Amino acid sequence: MSVGSPLNIGLILGAVIATAAVLIWVERRLLAVWQDRLGPNRLGPLGLLQVAADMIKILSKEDWVPPFADKGVFVFAPTVIMVTMLTAFAVVPIAPDVGIIDFNFGLLYFLALSSLSVYSAVLAGYASNNKYSLYGALRASAQTLSYEVFMGLSVMGVVMLAGTFDLRVIVEAQQNLWYIVPQCLGFAVFFIAALAESHRTPFDLPEAEHELVAGFHTEYSGIKFGMFFVGEYIGITLSSAMMVTLFFGGWHGPLLPPVVWFVLKTAVFIMLFILIRGSLPRPRYDQLMAFGWKVMLPLALVNLMLTGALVLMVGSDA
Amino acid sequence: MAGLRQIAMQGRAVLGIVLSQFRTLWRVLGHTFTRADTVQYPEQKPALSPRYRGRIVLTRDPDGEERCVACNLCAVVCPVACIALQKAEDAHGRWYPEFFRINFSRCILCGLCEEACPTYAIQLTPDFEMAEYDRRNMVYEKEHLLIDGPGKYHDYNFYRVAGKSIGGKDKGEAEHEAPPIDIHSLLP
Ligand code: SF4
Ligand code: SF4
Repeated sequence: MSVGSPLNIGLILGAVIATAAVLIWVERRLLAVWQDRLGPNRLGPLGLLQVAADMIKILSKEDWVPPFADKGVFVFAPTVIMVTMLTAFAVVPIAPDVGIIDFNFGLLYFLALSSLSVYSAVLAGYASNNKYSLYGALRASAQTLSYEVFMGLSVMGVVMLAGTFDLRVIVEAQQNLWYIVPQCLGFAVFFIAALAESHRTPFDLPEAEHELVAGFHTEYSGIKFGMFFVGEYIGITLSSAMMVTLFFGGWHGPLLPPVVWFVLKTAVFIMLFILIRGSLPRPRYDQLMAFGWKVMLPLALVNLMLTGALVLMVGSDA
Repeated sequence: MAGLRQIAMQGRAVLGIVLSQFRTLWRVLGHTFTRADTVQYPEQKPALSPRYRGRIVLTRDPDGEERCVACNLCAVVCPVACIALQKAEDAHGRWYPEFFRINFSRCILCGLCEEACPTYAIQLTPDFEMAEYDRRNMVYEKEHLLIDGPGKYHDYNFYRVAGKSIGGKDKGEAEHEAPPIDIHSLLP
């Protein structure tokens, strides 16, 4: 096995899509546990077959395009989020010999694709020809634009310390010290930005049910809706994987094989995403924007300055 | 000075907000180890208190007679007007409902009828499993509603305490009731 072998590619693709599917069940069960309920537990062991049932249901639903929609764009929009999220996974270094491709600009590639994914929401909202969808799309684009700025800035500290954009080299540089220690501020900012990028509660204003019906995917049903859903879960997995890669030492860890460590760490972050959905309320839209520009952006800049000073003091590649 | 204090106060407010988010997360996480409040329903029944408001019954007094006196108070108080009844009178002068109908597809199980009833006749029970395939089956007639026992109030018998005379009990013979005053007598 080496990076980029067909077996590797197939396994990673399969694993990511399977994860996204199982996450539907994981999220429902975990939310139930935290809300003192039982959750779906009837179908199969622990209710795991619920995934299959949900899939069959969503696949067999009528694939309907509203007559007032812009048909081509309407069909195209859900594919965008799937494609961007899946291709972004290509650069994630999972273990020493496991991965799809290593770019020396891997981090930039990830940032670029995660910004491209907002086109999914924008195009969906535009093509639906529905005012609530359009509001959702507007919010999605504004939110992504503002949170992207400091998402990029927050990881620059890591880039400074490692001296590279290559994700695999970044992980290797964390052999002795995970970057969460010198970069805890950067991690906090990155985490919040990742939450906002994946449109998860408390940053799910593009689809805020209580005001916008379902936001940009109001008009979607069946498999196209399912793609938005799965795309969101892949986005969560991707964000969690990136946090592990950038701040938590990737595959490094004692005793267990590297792949297991990577999966375990990623799973913890996915659960954290779900925990946050289960506990925090959604802010108002102006609060969201103010929080982004007035709190997170300065924090990211302060982190950048401090890291720069640190690197200058200790000498380069500290 | 005032400016500094203001900044300090604002800082503390912001810190409080941030900390409260973490406290929320922590407390929700703590629920991993609490028992679920829900149960595996059809196999496991939830524990319902005797005062739970479910299916409505019409009860009988300790002597086994119908308690309902067809006063219509329940029908009037019902916010969704789902009770219908018709008064009749038997040979002893007792009033009773000729028919008594509750449409459970409209009843909201609010319990107001039970509160309004002067005779404890209508009572709500802790049974909620009333699903039907045909909506018409949700309309319960008197034969479906009437039970053989006194329900939650074991000793209460309306006619024994009420002033109304019926066969076998004349005026002044009810519990705690003085004999009627003879208005034609001049005695004090
Ligand atoms: S419980 Fe409420 S709604 Fe139902 S019959 Fe009694 S008064 Fe009407
Ligand atoms: S059930 Fe009670 S309130 Fe209703 S008519 Fe009978 S006696 Fe009156």
